[in-house]
Amino acid sequence: MTVHNLTSRNFREKSTSALEDAVLQGNLVKLKDNFLARRTKAKASLPEFDDLRDASVVIKKHTIAHLDLYLEAFEASVKASGGQVHWARDDTEARAIVLEICKAENAKTVTKGKTMVGEEIGINPFLEAHGMTPIETDLGEYIIQLADEPPSHIIAPAIHKNRQQVAELFNEHHPHLEPRDADDVDGMLADARTVLREEFLKADVGITGANFLIAETGQTVIVTNEGNGDLTQLLPRVHIALAGIEKVVPTLEDTMTIMRVLARSATGQEMSSYTTFSAGGRRKGDLDGPEAFHVVLLDNGRSKLLGTPTEDILRCIRCGCCLNACPVYGKIGGHAYGSTYSGPVGAILTPSLAGLSEAHHLPQASSLCGRCEEVCPMRIPIPKMLRHFREEEVASGMAPASARRGIALWAWFASRPGLYRTMTSLTTGVLSRFGRKRGRFSSLPMAGAWTSTRDLASPQGRSFQSQWAKRPKS
Amino acid sequence: MTEPSTSPPRVALLVTCLVDLVRPSVGFAAVKLLEEAGCVVEVPLQSCCGQPAYNSGERDKARQVAMTMLDAFEGYDHVVAPSGSCAGMVIKHYPDLFEGTPDAARAQDLADRTFELTRYLVEQCGVTDIASKLDSTITYHDSCSCLREAGTREQPRQLLGSVDGLTLTEARDREVCCGFGGTFAAKYPAISTAMATDKADRMEETGAQIAVAADMGCLLNIAGILKRRGSKMQVRHVAEILAGDAKTPAIGEGKT
Repeated sequence: MTVHNLTSRNFREKSTSALEDAVLQGNLVKLKDNFLARRTKAKASLPEFDDLRDASVVIKKHTIAHLDLYLEAFEASVKASGGQVHWARDDTEARAIVLEICKAENAKTVTKGKTMVGEEIGINPFLEAHGMTPIETDLGEYIIQLADEPPSHIIAPAIHKNRQQVAELFNEHHPHLEPRDADDVDGMLADARTVLREEFLKADVGITGANFLIAETGQTVIVTNEGNGDLTQLLPRVHIALAGIEKVVPTLEDTMTIMRVLARSATGQEMSSYTTFSAGGRRKGDLDGPEAFHVVLLDNGRSKLLGTPTEDILRCIRCGCCLNACPVYGKIGGHAYGSTYSGPVGAILTPSLAGLSEAHHLPQASSLCGRCEEVCPMRIPIPKMLRHFREEEVASGMAPASARRGIALWAWFASRPGLYRTMTSLTTGVLSRFGRKRGRFSSLPMAGAWTSTRDLASPQGRSFQSQWAKRPKS
Repeated sequence: MTEPSTSPPRVALLVTCLVDLVRPSVGFAAVKLLEEAGCVVEVPLQSCCGQPAYNSGERDKARQVAMTMLDAFEGYDHVVAPSGSCAGMVIKHYPDLFEGTPDAARAQDLADRTFELTRYLVEQCGVTDIASKLDSTITYHDSCSCLREAGTREQPRQLLGSVDGLTLTEARDREVCCGFGGTFAAKYPAISTAMATDKADRMEETGAQIAVAADMGCLLNIAGILKRRGSKMQVRHVAEILAGDAKTPAIGEGKT
């Protein structure tokens, strides 16, 4: 069980280089205006937004409490409409299932709609290794496929790239087309359309993700803004939908409720441009659609979260809103997290799926500001879960011994308020003697992490409590 | 919540570690404001709310320290902290920290009696007008804990708005974290510094003379960046502004 291409252990190095990358820093600024501001507007214009969040939470909580039931109901519904459901315990099984389907079709070209599960299981390199050509058709995914990079954001995979960088990529990879200037966005869009159209027509298999799996109807649902996902699943002979097991919801009506918070939270749209329901393959009399319809249900560690303190993360609908709101993500971008899932949700999902030892930095690298929970349409208590992982790190002995000793010593003093007051009074007295005149320290022993970039204000004098104890009584 | 009672509320000041250690003037300003609002203020012997341990995954240690706070603040009508962070720890996290322990009810009781200072003044004491004067332009940073744990957003603005001569200029991203985050600042200093630098930029670009907030953690962080780069912008706690204390050197500044 793993997350493809996981490098979360290198978080410190990667985040540091992200901070030093001036181009990336410029590109990340877009996030705020493009997404979060629009989400705020969308929320403000829908008075029942918070009620819809509550209703969505109820739906998902109920579904997760009866996950087995709804997954089996979903399977039965898919079968009834002529499709097939495949159960994948982990990434290895999921890849094998996809490969088998593709091989049976003698597939050469495999078009892909946007799928984070596809990234999670590393389906592209796997298909390539087996002689097939996967083609990403979501524009952002197409860009990063050309760049040979993983997505840096759940819904905006190429948010870390600017138009100049995209033009360079296109010019390099589209030698048969006219070179494009960075300002020629329409031209680049036309080029992507030209290139992808050919691929759509020759594709043997189309792979998409799924935003919802509807137990009642056996439908998978994708929510997109380009329509390329539709061409991916409609034109080839075979459509494979990859989905985590937590994507199931009981009914069509439930889907509609959650959809009302999804696009608003993600992009600030009331609804995304395309919402497409797939049920089975082409039936008699249908004018189009794939001949065969497969759904691959991926567990890959999800079911083991049931009944644990991080179970609530299974409510996540991958809107990306927590990334947009996160001040840490906003400074370091998605790649620093070293996982398919970045930002606050990634800091929970990655250690949940791959194990804390693979991703111990992620729950630590947070100021616990709480903005993720504030904006999450599913009201997932992310800071609480980050603390849970911190506790797990301590309990499992992974926490650095020096930090633990520091906390232990401090707790020993702090549990003895009388002694604590004496000690702090002495310490502040000494420090203030050195620092009072200038009011601050530019360097201080053992405080290098602070003083290498920031001054540290000096204590004013003796501690408040010792001054209070000696104040003249009225 | 304010009962029609003739006796003034007996309020314990939750000093907070950073005020206790670094900036006692904030504590004295808080006492002054509370007394002027009609409270009888006491400062019981105390140490820390336990947040550093709680956020470091050391739940047992956090509870051990927090237990001393349950004892220290027993019997007071209200407990008031000049900090959203320490108040938030008690209000939001003590019930969780003591859940399932014999002290769960005491923890919940303390949580129910605890308030951030500006919220307390406005909502419990009914203070609307502060009899103080300061000819200055300030900008106000909302600490994450004030916003999301202690229920403080408009109250400090309401109080600041009543200070004679004071102009509040709002900054962009005023509800975005300054990057302090307690141990986060020490564990991931590069990310913390980048966030703090953004925050300092946003506050400076307002052209205000003073950067104000209700939490010493944020203020030390913001002042740390501003003073390192030689900024003239002063950094002060909201309690000092409201109490009319403009004489005490600003945070990170010496006696002139």
